Amino acid sequence: MLIKLSGGTVYDPVHGINGEKRDIYLQDGYITRKPASSIKIDKTYDLNGKIIMAGAIDIHTHIGGGKVNIARMMLPEDHRADLVSKTKLTRSGCGHAAPSTLTAGYRYAEMGYTACFEPAMLPSNARQAHMEMADTPMVDKGAYAMLGSDDFFLRMLTAKKDREAISDYVGWIINATQAIAIKVVNPGGINAFKFNQRKLDLDEQNEHYGVSPREIIKSLARAVRELGVPHPLHLHGCNLGVPGNMHTTLDTIRAVEGMPLHLTHVQFHSYGTEGDRKFSSGAAEIAEAVNSNPNISIDVGQVLFGQTVTASGDTMRQYAGHWHAHPKKWVIMDIECDAGCGVVPFKYRDKNFVNALQWAIGLELFLLINDPWRIFLTTDHPNGAPFTSYPHLIRLLMDRSFRNDMLATINKGAAAASILSSIDREYTLYEIATMTRAAPARSLGLKNRGHLGGGAIADITVYNNIKNKEKMFEKPLYVFKNGEEIVKNGKIVKVVTGGTHTLRPDYDKSIEKSLKKYFDRYMTVKLGNFKIDDDEIVEHGNGNIIVQPCT
Amino acid sequence: MKTKTHQTIVLNEVPCPFCSLICDDLVIQNKDSKLTVKENGCAKVKAHFAQPLPDSTPALKGKSCSIDKAIKAAATILKQSSAPLIAGLGTDIGGMRSVMHLADNIGATIDHMHSDGVIRNTLVLQDLGWVMTTMAEIKNRADFIIFAGTDASNYPRFFERVIWNKNSLFRNIKKRKIVYIGDKLKTSTGRSPEGKLPTVLKCEQEEINEIISVLHAIIAGNIIQTPKIAGISLATLLKLAKQMQEAKYGVIVWAPGELNFPHAELTIQSICELVKYLTRTTRFAGFTLAGADGAMSANNVSAWQSGFPLRVNFSKGFPRHDVGRNSTKSLLKNKEVDALMWISSFSSNTRPPKAKIPTVVLATPEAKLDFKPDVFIPVATPGIDHSGQLIRTDNVVSLPLKKLRDSKYMSVSDILNRIIELI
Repeated sequence: MLIKLSGGTVYDPVHGINGEKRDIYLQDGYITRKPASSIKIDKTYDLNGKIIMAGAIDIHTHIGGGKVNIARMMLPEDHRADLVSKTKLTRSGCGHAAPSTLTAGYRYAEMGYTACFEPAMLPSNARQAHMEMADTPMVDKGAYAMLGSDDFFLRMLTAKKDREAISDYVGWIINATQAIAIKVVNPGGINAFKFNQRKLDLDEQNEHYGVSPREIIKSLARAVRELGVPHPLHLHGCNLGVPGNMHTTLDTIRAVEGMPLHLTHVQFHSYGTEGDRKFSSGAAEIAEAVNSNPNISIDVGQVLFGQTVTASGDTMRQYAGHWHAHPKKWVIMDIECDAGCGVVPFKYRDKNFVNALQWAIGLELFLLINDPWRIFLTTDHPNGAPFTSYPHLIRLLMDRSFRNDMLATINKGAAAASILSSIDREYTLYEIATMTRAAPARSLGLKNRGHLGGGAIADITVYNNIKNKEKMFEKPLYVFKNGEEIVKNGKIVKVVTGGTHTLRPDYDKSIEKSLKKYFDRYMTVKLGNFKIDDDEIVEHGNGNIIVQPCT
Repeated sequence: MKTKTHQTIVLNEVPCPFCSLICDDLVIQNKDSKLTVKENGCAKVKAHFAQPLPDSTPALKGKSCSIDKAIKAAATILKQSSAPLIAGLGTDIGGMRSVMHLADNIGATIDHMHSDGVIRNTLVLQDLGWVMTTMAEIKNRADFIIFAGTDASNYPRFFERVIWNKNSLFRNIKKRKIVYIGDKLKTSTGRSPEGKLPTVLKCEQEEINEIISVLHAIIAGNIIQTPKIAGISLATLLKLAKQMQEAKYGVIVWAPGELNFPHAELTIQSICELVKYLTRTTRFAGFTLAGADGAMSANNVSAWQSGFPLRVNFSKGFPRHDVGRNSTKSLLKNKEVDALMWISSFSSNTRPPKAKIPTVVLATPEAKLDFKPDVFIPVATPGIDHSGQLIRTDNVVSLPLKKLRDSKYMSVSDILNRIIELI
């Protein structure tokens, strides 16, 4: 089947195409070059005046795994307000803060997304995370394995194991858990909390192991680079949410000494202690550091107002935050000498000084960081806001007068404390296409995604060109997944499964000897049963495995 | 796996699907399709593995028929029903995924045979939440463990695996303190390998809440005047409270299914609130023993596919969660359902309720029914006859189940998928 997308206005930053009128041809799931005139075109879409981008990619969204499922179980009142009926094509479910897997897949696709990455897969919970992702239809998935608070790794650091051994362990984890990258959450802090430590700064030591977050970050960042994992170490830093943590973040950028590092949901790590409330924006300093350190990429973790739920591996900080739970219920779990999770429902209020300033700080970061190739659009779903608020967020970035109108409605003190009103920048469609398509694909090493060149997988989103960008981005005209039309006018027209992106870095298999001994002595599953076979992901018929190459 | 005649195969690291600890160190011998536990199984499961595969066939009202005919009859019953109930739910993740799909398609209610226990926990989670832990954390970190209303004897290897374990990363196992609170508890397992006896606070199961609440009050700094609480002296509780505060990593274990009295969820909530309070100064966590017959898996799959944990009704085309109304017992009693599908693929001892409505039973071939259901289909057992996955009691770890022998019986998932196609 040869399909022609005719006459649309194309934004494809990988190829430097900035709003040019182009024809795009799709065949057998791929984008293909213009065929010879003798070849019959089976179907033509007249897309004159329409906007064409590659399918969007969410680099950081909590869509699967134990903590998300705890959030689902604990919030029936949130779900009851957003029940989703079955249709002839789609299954029932529910949405909002922690949507059912099926609804999450449908809504991502209906918003023009074709791939989503779960950033906090606990190795001990990886099997369930993959099962939930397999039950998330429409989009491709992938997950980052969480390390840095697991006792096996911390024992290695304490024992001064050489860097090759650590790389072997990291490589083994990626293979065993079918991950595509490595995440570290409050490095060593989840572990320290199990020893009753309540805070852990960059150079503070885990009392039991005598290692600091700085050492953990450097060790893992190096292992990730040496294994050829395309995505840099994905770091949720120390001191999340703590006023003054901007200095920790700046120190962390310096700590990696030029190694690639991705700082996630930086909004939550950009707080100063200025002003009467001892809570201020550090966005300008953080942005300056990101701008001048090309080894650093970030995603924002934008806060938007309303009810949501925060789900994180950071038990230490989630415990500290539970006093603000809304409604007043919360879960903390220590997990398998591996990591942990904390689930705290939260309501961000526009009239609350701190919440309003968090909102402004996120936007400041977006607008002050110059290079859209190194900043990705996220709300840290659902922690800052549910992913369904992305179109609203895009409008805030693209439309200065709308942004200033919103700014006028928030807490006055927060508005006054923010430099937001003085920032003129408006994101262009080209920059949006970069930060939501091209850049995440490049950062994750997805060579044939995130662009519209010949040979790319035909994951494509077509938008009506509407002045109100929220309206434009919330309801694409068409979405194509692997060359098939799956969404029309913002509604599912065909249900597809989506695959799972993985990586198979090479490592010295002899690491399994010490791992087996450790598992036999201290763990509660056998090494062989810890590992996830390909068959387990594909057997139920709702997914395939896509192995991405290492660099 | 092909088994030839007179061939003996030994399989290592086999996960056991028969209780929610899912011990995965079993060594199983398959000799001519007869399975024997060679190493590490508890007494309880040895018989399960040794169950022969009787020659059973699908049946309509007790009359033997082909599998195709039985599937068609089951589909017809469900199709004609305006309010079907899919209960039992003794199946693995794969089976549960198909249950969810079928229930959504036909507007059924879903409920698990062990929901009464699971739901006591759900109510606490949805009201105030909790601080919890998992098996490997207990094994390596716990120094103080309270068993509230359970002795863990329904989970025979719990003590061997995580209380009196041989190796621990951080704790001297010999110094572990064990406390029991409750009635009719077998406390001998709480004796340490060196012979140190556990502390036993004997009271009615209904009185556990009182003891926990007073402990909470003491720890919160209140002065208690009553000399005896639920038959336990105040001095004992004051001592226990002090030990709890001094613990480095304390755990309170309960089994929601064994707190079997009205509003036992309030006892669980008191336990969880006490744990939360202790967490302000030291580390404490809850741990729950629950969920045989795939109950944890059913609860989790229900949550991720519908957004709600168990007891969900799909009759309006969207999920509705109601832990009281959607129970098997009350739906049958109040005649709110007009067809029943009962699923039980692990144990032959779990009997379907006898209901005066068309009934489809998917059960192990050796199931002994005391009535002749409209449709009976013998099913394969996950982890014995086919591979699959199950979620462990701690709600975090899931294990891959293995196929240990060839079976002529279909999996629950395969049967339900064919029914879905026919409806």
